[in-house]
Amino acid sequence: MLRFLIRRTLGAALILLLISAFTYFMYFAIPQDPAMLACGKNCTPDALALIHKNLGLDKPVPVQYWDYLSGIFVGRDFGVGHCSAPCFGVSFRNNQMVWDTMMDRLPLTVSLTFGSLIVFLFAGLGAGLLAARFRGTWLDKTFSGASLVTSSFQIYFIGPVVMGLLVFSTGWLDKPKYVPISEDPWGWFMGLLIPWIIMATIFTANYTRMARSSMIEQLQEEHVRAAKAKGMSSRYAFFRYAWRGSLIPIITILGMDIGGLLSGGMVTELTFGLAGIGRLARDSVVGKDLPVLMGVMILSAAFIIVCNIVVDALYAVVDPRVRLS
Amino acid sequence: MTMSENNQTTTAVAEAIPQQRDADSAPLLQVKDLKKHFPIKGGFPIRRTIGAVKAVDGVSFDVFRGEALGLVGESGCGKSTTGRLLTRLYEPTHGTITYNGQDISTANRKQLAPIRSEIQMIFQDPYASLNPRQTVGSIIAGPMEINGINPPGGREARVRELLEIVGLNPEHYNRFPHEFSGGQRQRIGVARAVALEPKLIVADEPVSALDVSIQAQVVNLLQKVQREMGIAFVFIAHDLAIVRHFSQRVAVMYLGKIVEIADRDSLYNRPRHPYTHALMSAVPNADIDAVKKERIRLEGDVPSPISPPSGCRFRTRCWKAQDKCATEEPPLVQISGSREGHLTACHFPEEPTTADRGEDIVLDPALAALEDESGANA
Amino acid sequence: MTTLTKTEDAPAPTGGDAFLSVRDLKVQFSTEDGIVKAVDGLSFDIERGKTLGIVGESGSGKSVTNLTVLGLHNRKSTHVEGEILLEGKELITATEPELEKLRGNKMAMIFQDSLTALSPYYTVGRQISEPFRKHTGASKKEARDRAIQMLEKVGIPHPKQRVDDYPHQFSGGMRQRAMIAMSLVCNPDLLIADEPTTALDVTVQAQILDLLKDLQQEFGSAIIMITHDLGVVANMADDLLVMYAGRAVERGSVREVLKSPEHPYTWGLLGSMPRLNSDVDEPLLPIPGSPPSLLNPPSGCPFHPRCAFTDKVEGGKCKGDRPTLPVGRGSACHLTADQKQQVFIETIQPRLG
Repeated sequence: MLRFLIRRTLGAALILLLISAFTYFMYFAIPQDPAMLACGKNCTPDALALIHKNLGLDKPVPVQYWDYLSGIFVGRDFGVGHCSAPCFGVSFRNNQMVWDTMMDRLPLTVSLTFGSLIVFLFAGLGAGLLAARFRGTWLDKTFSGASLVTSSFQIYFIGPVVMGLLVFSTGWLDKPKYVPISEDPWGWFMGLLIPWIIMATIFTANYTRMARSSMIEQLQEEHVRAAKAKGMSSRYAFFRYAWRGSLIPIITILGMDIGGLLSGGMVTELTFGLAGIGRLARDSVVGKDLPVLMGVMILSAAFIIVCNIVVDALYAVVDPRVRLS
Repeated sequence: MTMSENNQTTTAVAEAIPQQRDADSAPLLQVKDLKKHFPIKGGFPIRRTIGAVKAVDGVSFDVFRGEALGLVGESGCGKSTTGRLLTRLYEPTHGTITYNGQDISTANRKQLAPIRSEIQMIFQDPYASLNPRQTVGSIIAGPMEINGINPPGGREARVRELLEIVGLNPEHYNRFPHEFSGGQRQRIGVARAVALEPKLIVADEPVSALDVSIQAQVVNLLQKVQREMGIAFVFIAHDLAIVRHFSQRVAVMYLGKIVEIADRDSLYNRPRHPYTHALMSAVPNADIDAVKKERIRLEGDVPSPISPPSGCRFRTRCWKAQDKCATEEPPLVQISGSREGHLTACHFPEEPTTADRGEDIVLDPALAALEDESGANA
Repeated sequence: MTTLTKTEDAPAPTGGDAFLSVRDLKVQFSTEDGIVKAVDGLSFDIERGKTLGIVGESGSGKSVTNLTVLGLHNRKSTHVEGEILLEGKELITATEPELEKLRGNKMAMIFQDSLTALSPYYTVGRQISEPFRKHTGASKKEARDRAIQMLEKVGIPHPKQRVDDYPHQFSGGMRQRAMIAMSLVCNPDLLIADEPTTALDVTVQAQILDLLKDLQQEFGSAIIMITHDLGVVANMADDLLVMYAGRAVERGSVREVLKSPEHPYTWGLLGSMPRLNSDVDEPLLPIPGSPPSLLNPPSGCPFHPRCAFTDKVEGGKCKGDRPTLPVGRGSACHLTADQKQQVFIETIQPRLG
């Protein structure tokens, strides 16, 4: 297990390095001076030169990249001030430290992700297991039908509809907003309730269908029948024998979904007017803000890679045949 | 029928083989010290090859024109890998395969092209080995197209003829594989294999996926094409009775090596290698009045081909094993008392006759314990 | 031999020595394509301590019969008729909790492929001890000791260590032994072995068959041995039932059926399998055609489209009338007893060697 973690961590570092290099050099392939953005409309050549110097843009690109990389570990000094490790540079747009900006935005994304995760995991797996257990009954048909409908929902459509209903027409809830949980737990909960419900609805449908189909597949397995043949109740065979086997596909998808959600549900955040990592990513792309773009890219990639490593480690926990190496 | 009568008839067939060989003495296919090692990756921190599955580990044999050579052994003995090496579906790790005087073990695609049409393969699974999106006609015509062969009367006429030969309705030319039963699909596989009138067919467990009543149909069909078209066969199977029925000579494999090779009669009636003897004794006979042979029950399963036992590979399960077996690998040679062409790799071979019922050998500890118990109670 | 004295058509009250009695069993599945008559009027009895071999090819209904005996068929899509009496207790109408108490306890099953029939997620020891705990109420410790004892009995070396291994850490032969240990852990009176050695190599098969025989001596269980291999039944069984297209076509003692078979399908099976001592110059005698679809089985005798002897029966009875399997030793075929004997001795036997 330890060897596995060391190997995978080294691999992850290599991938992050490649991603950062790729993004960095691609950015400089764009024929536009990034300092122009920071300089604004009334730009003089002197001001531009100063910005170049402040941001370190006067050096050759490989040197800049090296400075960038070493900054992550030891920090850097810019004209605008010291950037302590982990330093992801300074935004071209507003001269703020990228790392601080990301840390500002992250709590919202994490709240959105895990809030909806708890709902869709319980609702989705629960409904999927019930549908599989009572396969072919009205219960199964209801769940399967409902999940088919809701999984085809798009967040940018259903989001405004639900908001229109719950916020603007009836006024039952406030417009979604983010309040840190440490300041006001109730406000945090109420502020994110609508996005949670909407996200969970869509994900629940996927997890219902996945749990149902993988349980049905597992129930056909010979070892489930063998468990019944030795007198175990069908409930026992269902929850002990079939369930264990369906965990693998569920863990796989869950890992991908968590990674994806943490790296920013861009559409969700934009739909509900929330400013998280997704929104930051979009703004950095639109604003050609390289340091922010780089920071978000690396953070997102790191989330996805970590989720992958955790998923692979979980495989070995669930299935004794899997050997980590 | 008694054993002695049976011996006579099989002897007659067996003796016919050396004569055939004299007529055309160069073997069609010569295999020398053939090896196939599948690397195992692993290690830390950098993944590298840390070992190998020695699936085939030094196998030599000849196949003569028109003969059927059986290859038997239990799972993991390397018989299927050998078959795939012969048809160059796998690249050999070591050794040579000489076909008609030409070394094909290292030949490239271009050099192989003319030979590919002469060596064909029939696979075990008639469901997986036929492309479900192709009609039967184009499956069977495939080899002709690839090799650019235009038989007189056209490919379609030839395919219809082939369908007829393998006992399928030529009208079914345009049907798809899923419209056929397992046995019929295997017939399609046979038609495809014989389409180019090959000199050698490697048949890898061609009937083991089929129902008993269908097995016999396909065995008879293979025997028909073998005899009528004079095709040499390497017939790979785990069923000793079917191999005996089909093959004039039989090689027994154990853990990547041939432990014994002989003509059918000599191998089945006078096995010299303890493993061959144990195999024969393990086959359940449907004839309840057959002369009871000694009962040999080995212990455990075949060891792993990753780290096979030193010396003789069978020694860990052999009741005759001595110190020598662990240190010295027995060569595959004709040992005294054996008939010509009967080669055995054993330091302490069985007697050349097994006509009398010998003593039972029960190595399996569970059986020994249970039988001691019931013996003591009785 | 096992007594087969009950009449086919009139289910007699149970009693006598029969430990398991199946009477006129019919099993039908509804599928999208129609109704599959998987088992169609099957009757047999088996005594304690005896072995009944059921021989047939895929689709003959042999496996379905045994799943039905255990009540493991899909109850929603399956229609079952007839009687299955285990020590006089009717199993078809039994409730699920009643069946759970019997399964693994009074009747157990050995599956064909131990790799799929053992869960990869739990240790061998846990899987063996589960039914023991359930049926005897033993503690975890007692059940574990029992599992070790059973593993030792079936010949697993170092059972104390191996009890904590997972199935994939066992070789094929050892896994099959572990499965036998699992099925015998509660001393069942009836053991159903569904092709228990088909997935195994021949030397391992011989070990396992002998092991089953020896354990049967010790445990006194009745065994139903389902197989397609006549060699295996010749070795193991006391009585034999030959099934074709969901019906029993011949039955008798092993000697009777293998030495003087009466049904053309049995002849075909015998003629299809080469033996180690048969004449290699004689081609095999296959059965032409393929097994029928159970969605739409042939009229009359289900074997008639593949049978070479229908012209010996007058009036086209083979196509129109379904032959019945007589009481005790016999076969479901319209040929007269003399014809059967004559055909077998003159045309079949000489070619079997």
